[in-house]
Amino acid sequence: MKYVDEFRDGALAAKLAGAIAREADPGRNYAFMEFCGGHTHAISRYGVTDLLPANVRMIHGPGCPVCVLPIGRIDMAIRLALSRPDITICTYGDCLRVPASDGLSLLKAKARGADIRMVYSAADALALAQKMPEREVVFFAIGFETTTPPTALVLRQAQALQLANFSVLCNHVLTPSAILTILESPEVRELGTVPLDGFIGPAHVSTIIGSRPYAFFAEEYRKPVVIAGFEPLDVMQAIRMLIRQVNEGRAEVENEFTRAVTEDGNLKAQALVSEVFELRRSFEWRGLREVPYSALRIRAPFAAWDAETKFGLEFVSVPDNRACECGAILRGVKTPTDCKLFGTVCTPENPMGSCMVSSEGACAAHYNYGRFRDVPVVAGTTR
Amino acid sequence: MSLPSPVKKGYVRPLDLKHGRVDMGHGAGGRAMAQLISELFAASFANEHLERGDDAAVLPAPAPGERLVVATDAHVVSPLFFPGGDIGCLSVHGTINDLAVMGARPLYLAASFILEEGFPLAVLARIVQSMAHAAREAGVPVVTGDTKVVEQGKGDGVFITTTGVGALPAGREIGGANARPGDAILVSGTLGDHGMAIMAQRESLAFDSEIASDTAALHGLVAAMLDAVPTIRVLRDPTRGGLATTLNEIATQSGVGMELDEASIPVQPQVAAACELLGLDPLYVANEGKLIAICPADAADRLLAAMRAHPLGERAARIGTVTADPNAFVQIRTAFGGRRMVDWLSGEQLPRIC
Repeated sequence: MKYVDEFRDGALAAKLAGAIAREADPGRNYAFMEFCGGHTHAISRYGVTDLLPANVRMIHGPGCPVCVLPIGRIDMAIRLALSRPDITICTYGDCLRVPASDGLSLLKAKARGADIRMVYSAADALALAQKMPEREVVFFAIGFETTTPPTALVLRQAQALQLANFSVLCNHVLTPSAILTILESPEVRELGTVPLDGFIGPAHVSTIIGSRPYAFFAEEYRKPVVIAGFEPLDVMQAIRMLIRQVNEGRAEVENEFTRAVTEDGNLKAQALVSEVFELRRSFEWRGLREVPYSALRIRAPFAAWDAETKFGLEFVSVPDNRACECGAILRGVKTPTDCKLFGTVCTPENPMGSCMVSSEGACAAHYNYGRFRDVPVVAGTTR
Repeated sequence: MSLPSPVKKGYVRPLDLKHGRVDMGHGAGGRAMAQLISELFAASFANEHLERGDDAAVLPAPAPGERLVVATDAHVVSPLFFPGGDIGCLSVHGTINDLAVMGARPLYLAASFILEEGFPLAVLARIVQSMAHAAREAGVPVVTGDTKVVEQGKGDGVFITTTGVGALPAGREIGGANARPGDAILVSGTLGDHGMAIMAQRESLAFDSEIASDTAALHGLVAAMLDAVPTIRVLRDPTRGGLATTLNEIATQSGVGMELDEASIPVQPQVAAACELLGLDPLYVANEGKLIAICPADAADRLLAAMRAHPLGERAARIGTVTADPNAFVQIRTAFGGRRMVDWLSGEQLPRIC
């Protein structure tokens, strides 16, 4: 694949690995958090950790939109779909499997007769509403800043068309507030028990919001941020840039992903989002609990297309399993194997906590891709 | 099939294969069903066993020392027609391949159809003709069958179940439990073609692609492979769940591990690109005309040459090695230079969001 394979080149990776090994100071440890699930996926999928020196540790952050979606929000969609046979719920593929209350998920609700459909874009959901005027189509919108502008666009289109059988159940969340929560967590801020030397900043999110919003973290918390693309060479290069900043005592926002990210981001998309959405005072994140000003809701002029208003939906918070360590794992305090549930009652087939839900989550990534590292190597291979 | 038909030629209007539709009568056991069977199924599959019109086919016993192998496969694909094939030829290939990968010589097929009321007879005829063509090409006749009709809304057009019978020569032992540490792992060609051809056709995907299904009967390829290397230990067709799932099945059955080399696994660029776009992994995407072979390492080159000499194995490749590992982990050395597991598929493969 042109323009993709170039960023997955094994020979270049080996060179970059050599450079990282040379530049990393053997006298200290480095701990970096990749915020985004896309980076977590790239690191696990391509085996990036194998190319890093032992004193460079990656902490998988909370940037997996499916993982941080609280059970109560999915319950809202499931209850709506099961109680109203005239309603069709559309959402992105990953979302269908997220476990909710009563042993249900959207996929299982579908098996009980609810009309749940997978779409590839918000526009597909709108088109479905136009195609089925006799049904109520609800788009269950999730994701960070990347998927927010398309949702804003369909809301504006629905308003322009005065499309009465379409609405959006909005769960869009904001990256900077989540990073702030991690930096403000007592382990990082006060106790200093979690060494966190810097962040790999989001790829796709940053194409929308630009690199500027991260400046605060670099300045206020003295943490370097390097924005990086989702390809494995991007990740390696970002790690090298972070190591340099740490070594030189700098804490700046740097941009490795210059082929897509500018300082300002996509101003048109930002304007569109602020026209349609406003901040929620607080929103629950799986693993991080209530995070102030961390999510968006639909503005009043679009209330007719806001499923929460239209169907009078109430959010009821549902606590995670008490033994679940997702919160600590997302803050970098613990690793998946520290959790008693990992790989026993909590597996990708039957996830208990948020980090096991999507392949981008820290636990699922380790279970699916890295579990062999937990057992001693038994016998040599023949090659 | 219940023949002889009570229908007499000359005073019954023939089946309207242009505009007609399946109705409940076509499954009711009466004249309409007899007509459907004789004018469509028996006429298309055309062989002496069907023509006899008895309730079952009477077949000769295999050669002395040979054993019977039986496999069955239900087909529920949507859409019914896709680039490279349709549910008809797929239902023939699928069952033949299940026999072939046991090392058996496929002999006969039985076919049962569940039709939905209202299904156009013209479409059914296209499917049956495609089946008949595939069966003729493979030299494996459809010798008996059954038809049922369900009410509208209770089926998805047509479901086809085929059952195959094959003969396994004495002394040939091929099975998923036979892989041993040190063995070589080979695939017969590019992976993920069928699954992506289907996915690209589904209405929700608006991209044009030239990806065609690889659906094919593999018994000819298998015969050539066994001629070259009679010591093949495992053969399996990586259908649903793709290469990754099939290798995990074999690893578990044999109690061994596997180590794959990502760079050597053949995937067509357009399949790789479509997977990339949808956030899918081609290692988990279905194939319908590919097989995995595991053989002793010293026979691997000979086997690879035999596969590449066959039209269905031109892009065959050696992709890895069986290892000793009681955890039965399938691992892969990535082209990027790292290492990871290739795990069982959990649930259905769903596109990622970011």
